[in-house]
Amino acid sequence: MIMPLSGDPPRSRCLSIALVIIVLVLALAPFLFGGAKPLNVTAKICIFIALAASYDLLLGYTGVVSFAHTMFYGIGSYGIAIAMYGLGPRWGAAAVGLTVALPLAAALALVIGLFSLRVQTIFFAMITLAVASAFAVLASQLSWLTGGEDGRSFSVPEVLRPGFRVDVLGLNITGRMLTYYLVFACCAALFLLLLRIVNSPFGRVLQAIRENPFRAEALGFRTVIHRILANCIAAAAAAAAGALNALWLRYTGPDTSLSFSIMLDILLIVVIGGMGTMYGAIVGATLYVLAQNYLQALMGWVSTAAGEAGLPLVPSLFHPDRWLLWLGILFIASVYFFPAGIVGKLRGSR
Amino acid sequence: MSVDTGIEPGAALPKARGDYLPLLLPVALALAALPFVPVSTWFTLTVAGLAMGMMIFVMASGLTLIFGLMDVLNFGHGAFIAIGAYVATLVLLPLGGWMQADSIWLNLAALLSAIVAAMAVTAVIGLAFERILIVPVYGQHLKQILITMGGMIVAEQLLYALFGPQQIPLALPTSLRGSFLIGDAAIEKYRVVAVLVGLVVFVTMLLILNRTKIGLLIRAGVENGEMVEALGYRIRRLFVGVFMAGSALAGLGGVMWGLYREQVNASMGGELLVLVFIVVIIGGLGSVTGCFIGALLVALLQNYIGFLVPKLSLISDILLMVAVLLWRPRGLYPVTSR
Repeated sequence: MIMPLSGDPPRSRCLSIALVIIVLVLALAPFLFGGAKPLNVTAKICIFIALAASYDLLLGYTGVVSFAHTMFYGIGSYGIAIAMYGLGPRWGAAAVGLTVALPLAAALALVIGLFSLRVQTIFFAMITLAVASAFAVLASQLSWLTGGEDGRSFSVPEVLRPGFRVDVLGLNITGRMLTYYLVFACCAALFLLLLRIVNSPFGRVLQAIRENPFRAEALGFRTVIHRILANCIAAAAAAAAGALNALWLRYTGPDTSLSFSIMLDILLIVVIGGMGTMYGAIVGATLYVLAQNYLQALMGWVSTAAGEAGLPLVPSLFHPDRWLLWLGILFIASVYFFPAGIVGKLRGSR
Repeated sequence: MSVDTGIEPGAALPKARGDYLPLLLPVALALAALPFVPVSTWFTLTVAGLAMGMMIFVMASGLTLIFGLMDVLNFGHGAFIAIGAYVATLVLLPLGGWMQADSIWLNLAALLSAIVAAMAVTAVIGLAFERILIVPVYGQHLKQILITMGGMIVAEQLLYALFGPQQIPLALPTSLRGSFLIGDAAIEKYRVVAVLVGLVVFVTMLLILNRTKIGLLIRAGVENGEMVEALGYRIRRLFVGVFMAGSALAGLGGVMWGLYREQVNASMGGELLVLVFIVVIIGGLGSVTGCFIGALLVALLQNYIGFLVPKLSLISDILLMVAVLLWRPRGLYPVTSR
């Protein structure tokens, strides 16, 4: 039990129960729910867990704020999409896409790190924001390669298509289920790998740098190299999550992979779930994606109800499109009052 | 026993060596572009670049000043830009008659009242922003970035909730519309005004920073805040003042940009924030002169490249930033203590 968790168990009964429930539901989702929407939601939760965990490596463990995480996510997404679109729906194409996208993401992270992490971490936040926004514009303009604003729809290998069916022990398994389990397994592997990394000696050094860079340097650790390496690992993991997202959606476009709102999603998930805990990514991503899909409906209901009651301003404040307003307030409150997030709270109350 | 320092008693202090090389960059850039474009087009592009650069400078100067003194990188700065533009729109709505009038004085009176209102409102909101959001997180970069980013999101969403997501038109006053010709080159009148306003802001800032006691304290605070405190000055009050001034400058920049684009939208703050960051990085965090040069470089390059190789202009800012950082890793005029 402890082995795959790299000696870093949840350390709280409530948290353990919540995690077991989440993982079980995610693992059995195709059999528990009917219809396309619940499966879309659970797949998105899986992908966001991996993505948020890779961001936590940077934000929570290294203490570096990056705004370019969606760029790497997008590189992974576009890598798969362009390869599958150009080379056809074969496994080889996916392999080509991955072998180009992952090193590209890591290399770009290396270059950005070399430029900005040398000087000051605050530089890094600004430069990543600038580079990421330029990259997003570039991706939407180079339409011969990326399909521009429309993005790229592509076909996946035969076994992953919805039409594919096979009977195993009397169960009717569809291609969609197989895709889901591919996504689930890869995300679980990514998460466990990241958990392994933060609990390795390398991860300990990252935490030392986060707490006190001068002291870490005085102890003989090259802080710049550790930060850059963490940045590269996080970038590659984000690209892998992006590739899974593209496979699941069978589509990649600026809105699903590069938009700044995804960056805010990741930031909110990590902060609300708990920075520097890894498990915060699981709790945060689950709550966030569920809220995104079901809370907005509630807000719409409140908005119309307030509109019918004739209240001023309330309808527009509760308009479903304004849900970032409330999340922003929640975000500020959680930075102030629960800097360790939900996981930290649960661990504290044990 | 006296030590011979080589300085006559009573002689003036040795002057710091000036670093004028970056000042030549915008000039060099403008001259380098000259052979590639027709002269009249070059003139138009240069004026456009200067106007755009001045507007970006007005927005960025507040950010760099706040960072220099307070060591706070305000990601919410973009929100102040948008708020300024919205306040100006609200003020100019009832003053439509003055704006449409054929008298330049009525036009200017309307504009001036819009600017004053925008700056006052953004200054007050800046005060609230500093008191409520930033005071608890002084000295903690990570939390500052997160908190101010959160403030930015909330402010932008509130603007959406109050004014809706659509583009709101913001017309120029009659006397500033259109352009005049110098030779073959068409120069838009508003751009000349923008250049003048930018220059006035720049010169005023330099004068205040270099010739007044407040400026002396601000410069001292940038170098070593603890020492200023030890000498008995309440640096937190200085912080509040500078934060309000910086926010007001963002508001002014927002008004100018809204009039330049002749429309206002809640997302303009976030879009401009990226440009402002690039300018501030190029100039060196905390340096007003560096920020001025950075803004001119970015804007001029964008205009020339936009004319010569339109596709490249999307990333010309980033390329410029990379080039500058290769030359000077901390920006053109790094502030020494940070």
